Amino acid sequence: MAQFHRQLFKRPPIAPLDYTRKAWMRLWVGATLLFLYAPLLVLMVFSFNDSKRNAVWKGFTFKYYEKAFANSSLVDAMVNSLTIALFATIVSVVLGALAGVLLWRFRFPFKSAVEGVMSLPIIVPEICLGVAMLIFFAKIDWPTGMPWPLNLSAITIAHITFCFPFVAMVVRSRMASFNREQEEAAKDLGASEWQTFRDILLPHMKPGLIAGALLAFTLSLDDFVITFFTSGPDTVTFPVKVYSMVRFSVTPEVNAASTILILLTIALTALALKVQGVKGIAETH
Amino acid sequence: MAEPIIQIRNVTKRFGKVAAVDNVSLEIMAGEFFVLLGPSGCGKTTLLRMIAGFELPTEGEILIDGQDMAGIPPNKRPVNMVFQSYAVFPHMTVADNVAYGLKIAGVGRGEREERVREALQLVSLAGFEDRKPDQMSGGQRQRVALARSLVMKPKVLLLDEPLSALDAKLRAQMQFELSELQDHVGITFVTVTHDQDEALSMAGRIAVMNKGEVAQMATPSDLYEYPANRFVADFVGSVNLFEGKLTLDEPDRAAVDCAGLGKVYLNHGVTGPHGADVWIALRPEKIYLHVPGDGKAIRAAAQDAPDDHNLARGVIKGMSYLGDITLFEIQLDNGAKIRVSRPNLSRRDQEDFTWDDRVSMHWRADSPVVLLS
Repeated sequence: MAQFHRQLFKRPPIAPLDYTRKAWMRLWVGATLLFLYAPLLVLMVFSFNDSKRNAVWKGFTFKYYEKAFANSSLVDAMVNSLTIALFATIVSVVLGALAGVLLWRFRFPFKSAVEGVMSLPIIVPEICLGVAMLIFFAKIDWPTGMPWPLNLSAITIAHITFCFPFVAMVVRSRMASFNREQEEAAKDLGASEWQTFRDILLPHMKPGLIAGALLAFTLSLDDFVITFFTSGPDTVTFPVKVYSMVRFSVTPEVNAASTILILLTIALTALALKVQGVKGIAETH
Repeated sequence: MAEPIIQIRNVTKRFGKVAAVDNVSLEIMAGEFFVLLGPSGCGKTTLLRMIAGFELPTEGEILIDGQDMAGIPPNKRPVNMVFQSYAVFPHMTVADNVAYGLKIAGVGRGEREERVREALQLVSLAGFEDRKPDQMSGGQRQRVALARSLVMKPKVLLLDEPLSALDAKLRAQMQFELSELQDHVGITFVTVTHDQDEALSMAGRIAVMNKGEVAQMATPSDLYEYPANRFVADFVGSVNLFEGKLTLDEPDRAAVDCAGLGKVYLNHGVTGPHGADVWIALRPEKIYLHVPGDGKAIRAAAQDAPDDHNLARGVIKGMSYLGDITLFEIQLDNGAKIRVSRPNLSRRDQEDFTWDDRVSMHWRADSPVVLLS
């Protein structure tokens, strides 16, 4: 009986590729996750710390959330950031999708050169891009002091510059898995160029567009360097504002605002995954 | 039947300097099951795509139902195509796939649903309306592609290697189904394939293509029994080819002297130049195997051929038993090799011959084909 019991509940031996059951592998994965997420967790936990300093736990409180929401310049910065991210994302997705389709579909002279130039904003150090943007907008006398939200236009344009290549790359790699015969089949059945794009190409591109939009939105939302060079006193974004607050001291108020931003990002990602299905986005590459 | 639905006149298609299709002219009749057969790269798919409008001819013209197709884009042509990959739209249900062309054409919902239902019934997919393509097998997806094209009631249905992605059993079944379907709907089918079995079993007529040109156009049995040149003889079916000289050519008989095969006698004329270099094509199944010295069998098999004609001797060097037939590779006494197939008419037939046996071979005077090119 005892032997039977042992036989029944004995787990099969660990197979050579059964990595998830190996102790050292589990340890390694655990360490990686800890390294990645412990700082974020600490930040979130200390946003509830009832203390002016961030070092010692003094008790639970919501008061820094209240304080953050009452801080109108912080809220303004957040609204600015979200507005910029929204517009930058919309324009980036349209531009990126067009560029992605161009690179996937057509052959033209200097194609590889165009491709290289287009991905420059990804490669060029942000500081250079920031300085370049600063000089550029000064040189062309980009109007400042316009009413909200037009005063955010310079930052938005700068953000589009470095966001849309990412969208283009994602869309292009998504299109690589497209079967051109589907396009021909649609035309064979009578569809025009536009109908083929709308009914056949666009649905295939959709997961890429969503993934690209997510990328663009988060890139825009947390960009500091380029924004710092293109923002003025009345166009402070969230990262720039946090930076200026941190210069005095890291108060739990900053933690609270950051926590809200993290939760917002997580919620957006979850929403996108739900709309598209995890599979669709994973298929992008 | 007599009306040509597709006329291809001196069509050439060049990609750079390479002529994928080289001055091809042919007519396809209404209601016909026409097959373009050839090895990969022979231009058959290019020709099909030019009929569909996805490629434009460099020279020549294509007429469909009497109308010149120059300048008419694929979406305006009265033909539909079943693609090699089927190209079923993955994000649409089966019903939406089949309805797509009708929707584009502006057919009302009621008629659309009716026609979709009919088309799915035609390809035995009734009840699959709400399935997505990724929930279907390859064979089923192909039926969706078929229904999607047939629902448009095209004048011509083009099929690009329709059976190449199916496994052997399903392929054999679909060959019959396609023939039946074509009979039933009466639409002209033009199919491209590299598979000779597929072509022979389905086609009414076959055009064999080689290097962009039509090597021969004929019915399946004519193609097999009366190949026009070495390429066709070799590509369609299996064949033994021997080079020889035409030594006798009269209206009712001819003879060829082959270095490899010996003297070959035919009971019909070939109208070739006397003394010309020709080739003898002899199908493996048209050669009889005998134990050497079995004189009665020799005379019976060789018909009225003179004594030392249509006869060869050799040693069995290779054998493969395929169940219904056994294939032999025999080395002739002069060194040449010849392939012979023998039906296993009774269960013990395969025991008659084995490796290294000496055998004689004979063939009837009407079996060899004399080829001039």
